[in-house]
Amino acid sequence: MTENFEEKIPMTCIICPLGCSMELTVLHKKNERELISVKDNNCPRGADYAKKELLNPTRTLTSTIKILNSSSPVISVKSDQEIPIEKIMSAMEIIKRCTVEAPVSIGDILIYDILGTGVNIIASSNAKADKK
Amino acid sequence: MKKIEYDLVIIGGGPAGMAATISAKENGCSSILLLERDKKIGGILQQCIHNGFGLHYFGEELTGPEYAYRFEEKIQELNIECKCNTMVLEVNPSKQIIALNSTDGMMLIQAKAIILAMGCRERTRGALLIPGSRPAGIFTAGAAQRFVNLDGYLPGKKVVILGSGDIGLIMARRLSLEGAEVKMICELMPFSTGLKRNITQCVESFNITLRYNHTITEIHGKDRVEGVTIAKVDKHRNPIPETQEFIPCDTVLLSVGLIPENELSVSCGIAIDSCTSGPIVNEKMETSIEGIFACGNSVHVHDLVDFVTKESLKAGKSAAFYINNKSSKEKKRIILKPGNRVKYTVPQFIDSTENLDPKENITIMFRSTDVYREVQIVIYSNGERIKSKKKKIVRPGEMQFIELEAKKIKLLKNELTVTIEIPEEDME
Repeated sequence: MTENFEEKIPMTCIICPLGCSMELTVLHKKNERELISVKDNNCPRGADYAKKELLNPTRTLTSTIKILNSSSPVISVKSDQEIPIEKIMSAMEIIKRCTVEAPVSIGDILIYDILGTGVNIIASSNAKADKK
Repeated sequence: MKKIEYDLVIIGGGPAGMAATISAKENGCSSILLLERDKKIGGILQQCIHNGFGLHYFGEELTGPEYAYRFEEKIQELNIECKCNTMVLEVNPSKQIIALNSTDGMMLIQAKAIILAMGCRERTRGALLIPGSRPAGIFTAGAAQRFVNLDGYLPGKKVVILGSGDIGLIMARRLSLEGAEVKMICELMPFSTGLKRNITQCVESFNITLRYNHTITEIHGKDRVEGVTIAKVDKHRNPIPETQEFIPCDTVLLSVGLIPENELSVSCGIAIDSCTSGPIVNEKMETSIEGIFACGNSVHVHDLVDFVTKESLKAGKSAAFYINNKSSKEKKRIILKPGNRVKYTVPQFIDSTENLDPKENITIMFRSTDVYREVQIVIYSNGERIKSKKKKIVRPGEMQFIELEAKKIKLLKNELTVTIEIPEEDME
């Protein structure tokens, strides 16, 4: 019979530039891990981040998309919510195949519900329709 | 030559110039001209398409272009005149500016006050003396960032990055996302100068090899980069020949330091701090020439744009007060000295202790010389301890702040020293 055991895991919080070096106490059970406590975070958001990063790590994706009818060939975009880490490169494959057309404003949804995650890819800069 | 006059001219339309412009207008200056060399304002933020801006200033997490747009919008709203595609050639102590663009031609602009906000430039290969011929494929990280994010080019497929500063780390991630293979990041020092969160988000999340205490000793290839020789360095930062290793690659990115842009300041005769490479300023962000102010990366390289904004709002307000004759003429010249473990302070002088709003503090910005833990930041005034603050950790790559309250400022004598003390070590 495998016994449950406790592990201390170091983790750097990435919520803000303080980058607090936290220590997580994690309980390894038969089928899962449980977060028992978080130490050395300087704010409550660190503790929230620790739990999430341990059990379901996600990231905001920022990139560029090809744009037509504009003086710039690309426009910057971001995911409007965080995407599970394991889906990031697949999301990039989709973004690379897309083309949008100017005019585009910050916040415009360019790709809906990417990979069925419920996350949209939105414009993070403005582009006027100004290609000569 | 076209001759024009404005009360206030701001040189540089990046985050520093934009904030200073808005602040000057909101503090009573109405005749303002913002000069920018690029085709639109926004500065370096335009190419910083990643997240992490505005956490402090707006309480939101924004990308660079979104952060810039907040200020661009405000400038439009306030109807402030901007001339883009305009290069400033010279500033002189009589507050005349020579600038040119293809619409106005050459201009001689007479100002009552000037704000210098030219930002900074990247250190290059030439400055590092890396041997080898001149194959294509060597870029500074910021130049590569512009090519990827604004021009839509991928600079290469197999990349080695020298330097683990923020730009290098962010480009490691950006290039990986775009399908390039980032083979390694070499960092000369035993620590990274970049934000800790970037190490996690950009390096660890992508399984990129980050080697501390390593450098590039040669770049190989004739027409195009074919590889680099890397080596471990000893404690004096000299390469150890036996540790040399060849890494095949087609692209080298250099992220080896930012240098405040001050060609204009130097030729104007403005006093420069050899430690920051930027103008010496007082608490109003005023340089050694009265009525010429400076803010942003031009004064000292910042880690977060939020603090560039804060500093530049101050410069704009000071310039407006100066023009409207509301600023104190006091020249107390209290010197701020970097003490133990402190690399530099900004401001370098405090001139005025009168007229201070009791709620207004003087913010002293500084950097540590190394990574130190469990420290006390202490300010001494002529040897007397007047303020201290505990900190768990200080790093050279993360700018530190300490506030001096108005009531304490009034008691200052003629010298202030900011030190970092480690109670456990210093007691021995």
